[in-house]
Amino acid sequence: MIADALKSVSEGVCSVIGPVTPDNFVQYCPRFIDGFFTTFELLAIASVLGLMVAVPMALARVSENRLLSIPAYTYIYVFRGTPLLVQLFLFYFGLAQFEAVQNSFIWPVLRDGWWVAVIVLTINTSAYVAEILRGGILGVPNGEVEAARACGMPASTRYRRVILPQAFRIAWPAYGNEVILLMKGTALASTITVLDLMGQSRTIFSRNYDLMNFVYAAVLYLMLSGLLTWSFRLFEKRLNRHTGPRKTEGSSKKPDTAKAGVPA
Amino acid sequence: MKRNTIISIIMAFGFAAGVAACGDDAKKSEEKMEKKEVATAGEITIATEGAYPPFNTKDAAGELGGFDVEIAKALCEEMKKTCKIVAQDWDGIIPGLEAKKYDAIVASMSITDERKQKVAFTNPYYSNYLQFVAKKDAFADTAALEGKTIGAQRSTVASKWLEDNMGSKATVKLYDTQTAAYEDLKNGRLDAILSDIYPAHDWLKENGEYAFVGEKIDIDDKIGIAVRKDDKELVKAFNDALEAIRSNGKYEEINKKYFPFDIF
Repeated sequence: MIADALKSVSEGVCSVIGPVTPDNFVQYCPRFIDGFFTTFELLAIASVLGLMVAVPMALARVSENRLLSIPAYTYIYVFRGTPLLVQLFLFYFGLAQFEAVQNSFIWPVLRDGWWVAVIVLTINTSAYVAEILRGGILGVPNGEVEAARACGMPASTRYRRVILPQAFRIAWPAYGNEVILLMKGTALASTITVLDLMGQSRTIFSRNYDLMNFVYAAVLYLMLSGLLTWSFRLFEKRLNRHTGPRKTEGSSKKPDTAKAGVPA
Repeated sequence: MKRNTIISIIMAFGFAAGVAACGDDAKKSEEKMEKKEVATAGEITIATEGAYPPFNTKDAAGELGGFDVEIAKALCEEMKKTCKIVAQDWDGIIPGLEAKKYDAIVASMSITDERKQKVAFTNPYYSNYLQFVAKKDAFADTAALEGKTIGAQRSTVASKWLEDNMGSKATVKLYDTQTAAYEDLKNGRLDAILSDIYPAHDWLKENGEYAFVGEKIDIDDKIGIAVRKDDKELVKAFNDALEAIRSNGKYEEINKKYFPFDIF
């Protein structure tokens, strides 16, 4: 049902943009838009799930308890240290070799290339994001942590109210980068039968041998990354709204005095 | 003094760059001359895929072999030209020809109208049919495959036929290599594969639990050698040589090595 809805959406989009796009794009337009949605889907799900895995992973990584930090370190080391393509092939073709996997409850999920792509992209990005967050956590000024401690905050409150919000602020630009990298990583899903934007472009290319297909794909990818960059910057501004010059009426002539009002 | 040093250093760089540039030019023109010479001396570079047994394969040592490669060598011998055979991934095999990385493609390529817009073909050197492959006795005929998951290699006549004729009736999965499709047939992700008949015949010899489903599909698929469109001389040379090896028994000899029936 969702597939039908998406199909009608992509046909709708195509009928709107049809008159202003080149003919060889129009011919395969629904396929391009369909692939675009799949790419967006992979990106959205993997980045949200990846962040959810990354937060506890980063906390474990900075923990002084070795039972937590060593497994987290290993996880991050392994999944950051191997190519995404290798991970995809190992999960898609590698796991499927074992009959135990084929007979297990997880097979209906692993059977589908789309799910394998979601799982692998999630794991891969969570390792990177955990490391980015670790940097953020370590970047929180000591004074703030000490102040929280001096106020008598227990560790859980300290993390929730002081360290993590600050860490996110510090890590945000790097995190935005990682989401863009993840978007580019989704193109590899086309190697395991997923018809994402890249998969659709390659399939169309196999029919008309027109290299322009990849130009159209690149433009669509650029639009997506533009949208991401823009929304990340917007949110960054919001996160750091307390650090900019204070907006006071009629003071635009003297920005220096306005700045002086900000606590260091 | 200081200024002099700086000037002399700049001059030295400039001189070095100039010499290097001259060197480049000289090298280039030398290369050009060499190329011309080789062309008249009759060296042809031929591309094949190397992942399509038994037509073109790569052995453990990286040596290319198979029906296509042997035919190519026989044709070169007939034309009295030295040939270099190189491997190239299927996806990029036509763009590579256009980019003059090689002069001909002998890689079991079907002669299609879409491809004819990009390249010129020689007369066919064998005929291809398609046929479904699945677990023995799993499907009585091709009608039973409706609603199932069927795979094929992307950018092949099989994938095109599959999408055009079964696209609405079954789930179609496309693979980068034929091997990957077989892999997913074996591990149960695919219910059936649509494949070229002779490679499937070869694969079935080693995989006894699988068998052909239904009758072979005649799609009037002729296999030819692709060359650049403006290379009319080469097309003629290949056609003459092909006729010669057909009549002198060389073709039959190679054919017999791979198949017990005539595939021309």
